[in-house]
Amino acid sequence: MIQDDLVPQHRKLVSSYTLVDRIFRRVITTGGLFSLVILGLIGAFLLYRGFEIFSDFGFSFITGEVWNIGDPMDTSTAVLGIGAMLMGSVITSVIAIVIAVPCAIAVALFIEYYSPKRLRLILTAVLDLVAAIPSVIFGIWGYAVLLPIIEDWSVPLERWLDFIPIFSVPSGIFGRSPFLAGVLLALMVIPIVTSVAREVYSQAPRDLIDASYALGGTRWGAIRNVVIPFGRSGLVGGAMLGLGRALGETVAVYLTLNLVFDINFRILGSAGGNVASLIATKFGEATEYELKALMAAGLVLFLVTLLVNFMASFIVNRSRKIL
Amino acid sequence: MDTPNLETKEVINSNIQMEPTVMNDTTRRNADNLEAKGESGLETRGVHAWFDKHHALADVSLHFPENTVTGLIGPSGCGKSTFLRLLNRMHEFIPKAAMAGQVLFEGNDIYADDVNAIDMRRRIGMVFQKPNPFPAMNIGENVVAGLKLSKIKSDNKDEVIEDCLTRAGLWNEVKDRLKSPGGSLSGGQQQRLCIARSLALKPDVLLLDEPCSALDPGSTLRVEETIVQLSESMTIVIVTHNMQQAARVSDYCAFFLSDGGPGHLVEADLTTSIFSNPKDTRTADYVQGRFG
Ligand SMILES: Nc1ncnc2c1ncn2[C@@H]1O[C@H](COP(=O)(O)OP(=O)(O)OP(=O)(O)O)[C@@H](O)[C@H]1O
Ligand SMILES: [Mg+2]
Repeated sequence: MIQDDLVPQHRKLVSSYTLVDRIFRRVITTGGLFSLVILGLIGAFLLYRGFEIFSDFGFSFITGEVWNIGDPMDTSTAVLGIGAMLMGSVITSVIAIVIAVPCAIAVALFIEYYSPKRLRLILTAVLDLVAAIPSVIFGIWGYAVLLPIIEDWSVPLERWLDFIPIFSVPSGIFGRSPFLAGVLLALMVIPIVTSVAREVYSQAPRDLIDASYALGGTRWGAIRNVVIPFGRSGLVGGAMLGLGRALGETVAVYLTLNLVFDINFRILGSAGGNVASLIATKFGEATEYELKALMAAGLVLFLVTLLVNFMASFIVNRSRKIL
Repeated sequence: MDTPNLETKEVINSNIQMEPTVMNDTTRRNADNLEAKGESGLETRGVHAWFDKHHALADVSLHFPENTVTGLIGPSGCGKSTFLRLLNRMHEFIPKAAMAGQVLFEGNDIYADDVNAIDMRRRIGMVFQKPNPFPAMNIGENVVAGLKLSKIKSDNKDEVIEDCLTRAGLWNEVKDRLKSPGGSLSGGQQQRLCIARSLALKPDVLLLDEPCSALDPGSTLRVEETIVQLSESMTIVIVTHNMQQAARVSDYCAFFLSDGGPGHLVEADLTTSIFSNPKDTRTADYVQGRFG
């Protein structure tokens, strides 16, 4: 047993920085703080402008599905809630992620492990290009080209699956549905998720892949055995990143989704919602009070997106630590 | 560093010289086998290896008789690993790698067009220098990973696990924690786990690339015992930098060297001859630690 008074005194363990190090440290600290400050200011601004709404409606602003400004002269007659829109944001984003993630995994695995070098360069360039297309172009294309296609698919889909509530369309009106918006969002999100997936898959340890081959594994066996488990948590981070993008998408959804203030889960029908496009739709001719409500809606969206991104970086970081 | 294994080997080897006729079921110990072009075991004929433009290995012809241990020795960079990876077609996974010559397994060229490389690798197992158990699997799953990869159905997985771990000399240490991750073992245990993993596929040949380079003397000895035991039923090729190890475990030794140009085979013979009476002075210098 070592006696307490015999434990040697701990020495201080600090390394001193050189001048260059110190300057660099200052610069990057400032930069890092600056972006935090901006983020905080945006949040504070939205809270300040929308605070009245939260105190008037409380939690029902988030859950309510009616958006009625009532008498423009009398704010007490207004009933405002973004429940339907929030739900719609979640539904379209989930559709987008459900479609985008498997596609991104397939594309990333193909690029990293199957494609000839030439094709790999082309595919990577195309994906970068798709990522750079402005969302309004996506919106117009979605409306003009994708809409009829999705409509054609929706009708038989409804016929076969209408015993499952989310696929039934009692109104019989298809068209600008959450499904269309979700598919469009998926296309917009695929490049992001793919690039993250490629990044993690390309780092799969070579020695484990070799071990799979040496055990008589096929290429697909090695991928399933080593690459996919290795990339799992990194991929979750990528999916979250895509989710953040899908949640915040405005114009493309505005053009391809019929905003209806009614919480519903029917993804094929021409009725849905999205917080971001709600703001874009109402912003132009909003009354002063409605404007405040839009700010509040903005704050909710801001927080949701922030949360998703924090979760993403948390998961990505955790996966780094495990390795 | 004398071990019982070394003695066993020497007894067997000296037996050959004294009464070769007694060895009829183990003619494998006969030195002539190194040059014999048989239908059995593994054989290379004039193999070369390139990495892009770099000619790494030139004109190696060697015969590995069935159920023997052959040590590949030589200084770093002389192409031992490259040669080993040619023996089960792992070389082709390196971009721009190329080869020439023939590798005959039971008389058939494994590089022939109609050979299924996947099936062939199941019969020619490999253990790498760095222990590499699959981190996402527990110890038991690691052992049967090859069966899963090959989609081989096995009704008695538990028996396979116990049998392979026992043969790899690991069973007693891990039998109570088969469910813990493979990465939770010590380096030496991990390496034996990797050997057990290869054994599950019942290979005819086992290729080992410096399997003990990361291990302590105790674990090394355990692995060596395992190798000697395994050689009763399979052909083993082992790369090693440890001369005592080569002497302890191998029946034959092949000395590789790269003097500026591509690596090549200097000489191959019974291990006892390589160590006591090498034909080439460079071999003598190397095994006696004068260079490399
Ligand atoms: N993946 C590779 N790409 C390019 N060159 C390689 C590659 N692997 C090996 N080489 C080259 O081939 C030659 C032989 O390498 P090899 O790994 O076979 O040597 P070795 O005898 O196993 O050495 P060591 O004892 O250090 O493991 C070396 O010159 C090496 O630089
Ligand atoms: Mg090597």
